[in-house]
Amino acid sequence: MSPPVITHVEQTPAVTSLRSKDLLGIADMAPDEISLILDTAEAMKEIGSRPIKKVPALRGKTVVNLFYEPSTRTRTSFEIAEKRLSADTLSIAIASSSVVKGETLADTALNLEAMQPDMIVLRHPSSGACHLLSRICRSAIINAGDGMHEHPTQALLDAFTIRERKKRLAGLKVAIVGDLLHSRVLRSNIHLLTKMGAEVWVCGPPTLIPTDVTRFGVRATSHVDEAVADADVIMLLRIQLERMEGAFFPSLREYFNIFGMTEARLRGAKPDVMIMHPGPMNRGVEIASEVADGPYSVILDQVANGVAVRMAVLYLLAGGVEHETAA
Amino acid sequence: MKRLLKGGRVVDPANGIDGVHDVLLDDDRIAGIGRDLPVDGAAVVEIPQGFVVCPGFIDMHVHLREPGQEHKETVASGAAAAVAGGFTAVACMPNTTPVNDDANVTAYILARAAEAGLARVYPIGAVSRGSKGELLADIAELKQAGCVAITDDGRPVATALLLRRAMEYAGMFGIPVIEHCEDPSLKGEGVAHEGYHAAVLGLRGMPGACEALGVERGILLSELTGSHFHVAHMSARASLRAVRKGREAGVRVTCEVTPHHFTLTDESLASPIPYDTNVKMNPPLREAADRDAMLAGIADGSVDAIASDHAPHHYDEKKVEFDRAPFGIVGLETAVSLSLDRLVHAGIIRLPRLVELLSVNPARILGVAGGSLSVGAPADLTILAPDLHVRIDASRLRSRSKNTPFDGWQLRGGVAATIVGGRPVFINPDAGLSV
Repeated sequence: MSPPVITHVEQTPAVTSLRSKDLLGIADMAPDEISLILDTAEAMKEIGSRPIKKVPALRGKTVVNLFYEPSTRTRTSFEIAEKRLSADTLSIAIASSSVVKGETLADTALNLEAMQPDMIVLRHPSSGACHLLSRICRSAIINAGDGMHEHPTQALLDAFTIRERKKRLAGLKVAIVGDLLHSRVLRSNIHLLTKMGAEVWVCGPPTLIPTDVTRFGVRATSHVDEAVADADVIMLLRIQLERMEGAFFPSLREYFNIFGMTEARLRGAKPDVMIMHPGPMNRGVEIASEVADGPYSVILDQVANGVAVRMAVLYLLAGGVEHETAA
Repeated sequence: MKRLLKGGRVVDPANGIDGVHDVLLDDDRIAGIGRDLPVDGAAVVEIPQGFVVCPGFIDMHVHLREPGQEHKETVASGAAAAVAGGFTAVACMPNTTPVNDDANVTAYILARAAEAGLARVYPIGAVSRGSKGELLADIAELKQAGCVAITDDGRPVATALLLRRAMEYAGMFGIPVIEHCEDPSLKGEGVAHEGYHAAVLGLRGMPGACEALGVERGILLSELTGSHFHVAHMSARASLRAVRKGREAGVRVTCEVTPHHFTLTDESLASPIPYDTNVKMNPPLREAADRDAMLAGIADGSVDAIASDHAPHHYDEKKVEFDRAPFGIVGLETAVSLSLDRLVHAGIIRLPRLVELLSVNPARILGVAGGSLSVGAPADLTILAPDLHVRIDASRLRSRSKNTPFDGWQLRGGVAATIVGGRPVFINPDAGLSV
């Protein structure tokens, strides 16, 4: 498939604010909202290159980061984004194991609400946890990853990173390889990339491909060379070691032999292919170190862009352009 | 006292009756049925035109939660919900705390039911002690105390060997083994039907094959033992296929379907309320092809009974993350309206077939009284207002729990009155019947 002629459609957003009070997932978003976030993130990225990396956009706003799962990258990224926008922030880490004995998610959220935060950033092991909060909370809920459902800011930062290099999303072939079944990154990326006109291929062992995945509007294969052929972008997903116990595949060695992204496999892709990974990486399982550290890898760019994209999301949900004109 | 129900459409498939008749009740028995019966000192109840008089409905699969989980339901509140839903009798599952694996628990449930004095309550005993799947419960004592069937419902009987033994042993008393059909290893941590919607929402799936494997196992063991095997809350098209094949081969297998499985699909996981824990039940709401298969089975006679799988849970237990919420919804007070609306008015079946599904067959499967309006039978009757406009209001349910996905639904057809042992135990003020 040759790339379409029109390539910059997503850069002329028709909207100046987001339609929902929350960011629960990409599934509910319109393409113009996605473009708005990506465009806003470009301005936010510039702030990060200044000697004084702080603007007053969220001054007086309170943001609570509520994390029920361990997270280094996402939590740090949100915290830095909040601080650069001058929000008052606090982060609460709750070990998932102690929740069983403790209060319910709904009660925790209502108690936080009583203290009048403006936004709650939630990471939770249960799919739909953000929807639950959104139904009972006045605060804006930002999904920082819920179970196997969505991780919208990851998909947005991935799109930002792709757009930065390729200047477009429409018409690109993106191959996503790895544990598709358990991946919230996959679901958010499929929604985002298909909405923006990319051609998405997903690849993994049949045991790790979600039911009816082609109804998501993607092509699915278990032949990695087919997925990688002429790809503009290859996105690798983490293989969790405990999946062996679930008999999803026999061994990490066998997984690597069949699906691991090696320099040899990359040769089937476009010469300017981008290699992406949401982290944390298992070197020698889903990705060979030479590829992770090689010239095609944009893995650290993704991390850098995460801050800008999260600043954009926070800023827009806090009122965005309207907020600024009102102030 | 004598009571004469005058002028209703009487649907009594067991006696081949479908027409305008009078029904005479003498105390707790049916005393006569015919056209223009003489009043002869009886209290006359005029049945409005269009109303239907049927043998009392029997919900053969409910959870009354007592003893032990009275915050969800009690025998009394469950019996009140039953009669308000048009059921003159219910059969209650043994997964209480403690489990009904002991004649004392059975006696306790029956005593609470007698105190309530509403619906008849038929306890179902456990297959195994504590439903743990290790040792058989004292089945003879359970039967003697009043249990009408055995099951480890909530879960399948742990091993094929134990299910075989239970069938052989229960066969001695002529009571059915009711099975929650499921292969636990295939179910895994599943919380929803394995299909497109669960995939989108990131919910762990359990495929229809997980249920069908349990159905196939039970049918093979029923064939081996010659005992009666009943499939609880059937939901998957592969299960229905297995039941049909088993029956063709002469196996004594019967099955029931719930109103939610013939009404809803897994699309309800996503809308109108994403991740609504009131659409979380086991077996899960399945895809449209399964729902349509259940409707076809109901229409062609493959399905024997409609049962609600009434599973009350406190709102605290349901107001949690989807994967942490307990399985189950209440159903006693919505089953008849859903059946009338979705089956009869939708043209899937006619009223006599509905009466078979809700009364004749459950009575036959459980071997209990009822299911007909024969002279001398208990005066248990359900009077339907088939065209009544019903709006489901969860807050007004008699059940102690309100966990229904049908809140706010508008349905055509409802219950006008419920009569148990000759006593009107429920009269629907919206239907305009004076008893």
